[in-house]
Amino acid sequence: MKSYKAQRRLSLSLRYVLLAVLVVVWLFPIVWIILASLSYNDTGFVSTIWPEKFTLSNYTGMLLNKQYPFLDWMRNTLLVSTVSMILSTFITISVAYTLSRLRFAFRKKFLQIALILGMFPGFMSMIALYYILKSFNMLNLAGLTMVYVGGAGLSFYIAKGFFDTIPRSIDEAAEMDGATRWQVFLHIGLPLSKPMIVYTALTTFIAPWVDFIFSGIILSSSGNPKNYTIAYGLYNMLHNAKGTSTTFFTQFIAGCVMIAVPITILFVIMQKFYVNGITAGADKG
Amino acid sequence: MFRRKNKLPPAATYREVWRKGDWTTKLSFFVMGASALKNRQWVKGAAFLITEVAFLIWLVFSGISSLSMLSNLGTLKTKKVVFDQSQGVYLTKLPDNSVVILLFGVLAVILLIAMVGLYWVNLRSTRKLYVLNRDHGHIETNGEELASLLDERLHSVLLTIPIIGIVAFTILPTVYMISMAFTNYDSHHSIGFSWTGFQAFHNVLSGDLAGTFFPVLGWTLIWAVCATATTFFFGVLLAMLIESKGIKHKAFWRTMFIIVYAVPQFVSLLMMAQFLDLQGPLNNLLLSWHWIAKPINFIGASANPLVARITVIVVNMWVGIPVSMLVSTAIIQNLPEDQIEAARMDGANPFQVFKSITFPQILFVMAPSLIQQFIGNINNFNVIYLLTGGYPMNNNYSGAGDTDLLVTWLYNLTFGQTQRYNASAVLGILIFIISAVFSLFAYRRTNAFKEG
Repeated sequence: MKSYKAQRRLSLSLRYVLLAVLVVVWLFPIVWIILASLSYNDTGFVSTIWPEKFTLSNYTGMLLNKQYPFLDWMRNTLLVSTVSMILSTFITISVAYTLSRLRFAFRKKFLQIALILGMFPGFMSMIALYYILKSFNMLNLAGLTMVYVGGAGLSFYIAKGFFDTIPRSIDEAAEMDGATRWQVFLHIGLPLSKPMIVYTALTTFIAPWVDFIFSGIILSSSGNPKNYTIAYGLYNMLHNAKGTSTTFFTQFIAGCVMIAVPITILFVIMQKFYVNGITAGADKG
Repeated sequence: MFRRKNKLPPAATYREVWRKGDWTTKLSFFVMGASALKNRQWVKGAAFLITEVAFLIWLVFSGISSLSMLSNLGTLKTKKVVFDQSQGVYLTKLPDNSVVILLFGVLAVILLIAMVGLYWVNLRSTRKLYVLNRDHGHIETNGEELASLLDERLHSVLLTIPIIGIVAFTILPTVYMISMAFTNYDSHHSIGFSWTGFQAFHNVLSGDLAGTFFPVLGWTLIWAVCATATTFFFGVLLAMLIESKGIKHKAFWRTMFIIVYAVPQFVSLLMMAQFLDLQGPLNNLLLSWHWIAKPINFIGASANPLVARITVIVVNMWVGIPVSMLVSTAIIQNLPEDQIEAARMDGANPFQVFKSITFPQILFVMAPSLIQQFIGNINNFNVIYLLTGGYPMNNNYSGAGDTDLLVTWLYNLTFGQTQRYNASAVLGILIFIISAVFSLFAYRRTNAFKEG
């Protein structure tokens, strides 16, 4: 019996060691990014793991940078992501609810068309969106917000999967009692979908902070860095800074860390909702 | 009871409505909403009428010209210098901007289709009113009509704004790009271009781009299989390791891995590219430990293609395994314990339990989402674009490198130096076909699973 216990203890400690090693491997590059953001460096290139000299000047330099207005980017992105979050969440939830709980003539058609549209690569429509926004003079933050919100109608799958799991008998009981479908939606559907609303709001809020492609195409033509969002601003900064202006590279890393820390914390806090979101559709197997 | 599956025939055919209806009913075939106004459904009738008037005004002043120009995308294709007789000077005439012509043409077609749809709704409503009048049924009042918007017709209220968004920001661009695949829009015809049928498809599939297309397609599929399989398999293993008996603080361990996924990809992957650089910290570390004699060129412009491809897959594991772990954790926690217990009783070792019970069960539950991931990996722009930018260069390719996927190549063809917009539209269509084939296959398979 003792040997069995010893064996189990050995197996457990081996598993702990394995986990610890994996965590170190996984977090090593992340830790390095933070170290690099603290390193004093003017070569435009970080080639060491442990900085030779620690400094906070990258952070202050980034915040006070005139050429790359970090605080303006923050404000722009906050604005875009807040508006996009409110509108997109509303749209996604209402589409998902409608497709899941209501029955109407073109429901099947709608699902099929959405499925087909979803298979076209998003990049394909980028040129088109650029020209559409250009011809309506909307190559600015408002246009970018509209692009984010416009796509919300087709990202209903996860929320629909969630609504599908709520038994329909609840709705039917309320309708028996004379509630209109609007009342059912307002007083039963929405309260039940709180985790889904949180999940959708979270994902739509984060999207503008990490999207450097759409924002780049739509915002770059203005040529004024004050109008950029954070992701494109930083991305653009790296491409300009690499090779030419060497002091900016570590400032770029510092900017990345400043933006990555809140998003990471937000995501880690919300990971429960995230898992629920992903598995809601898959659960039915 | 005997129940007919076929739909009931309509209470009245449109022919009957036309022949026997009163004059407002007849008028409704031309002036939308006339019949509704006659029957005191003011809101509905006015909405129909105003839409029709607005549509006709638009059609006369801009729609017809937009539609007619769609046929040749503008007459003037190249810059011309013409002599203006009246002023006696030479004028430079710029070519017609086909991009804009095509855009507004597609927009006009979509509006036309929407109007036809609305006209059909109008006809149905007219017929309903005719039948109600004929059979002396109850005609809904204004108030009832409006109230039904929050009840039987709630779907149309909730879907209106999303559908406008989908049409404007998904359908319009998609149709626009599909039509672009049938033109000669490239760097030689950057302003005025014309319809050329399947020429661009020919270029990609058997013309000058075929030598790039098929190798890139091959790598894209290999990449998608490897990326999906590795993240899934190791994600499941990691989840089982964390979920195994005796491990404490499971949430803490999961969070440690999730941090990597939570960091925005443009940060983590751009920095990863720096980390793996020829003179980057990883090479310096390995050199100082004397594990390697000279630095390894993982992802640079002159790296070995195979090394670069393996690096890309490994880095993708770094990003992808945590999220795969998160999803399979939720599934593992819900797996029925009884089969595993029974297998243990019968003397199966942990490896056998995993191979024959746990893994197949997880695979079964995750099959649909695996297909989704596979298609997502075919379109995985970020990992390639941010990490390698398509490098290493391949001189046999046109506008693509060895690690380029179809989507990154599509992006290069549009925003890179080659500027072959029509070819990138063709690629978009081909990617769509590939995704559609795999999805179809997947849905049939999962249906088979369900029945079996």
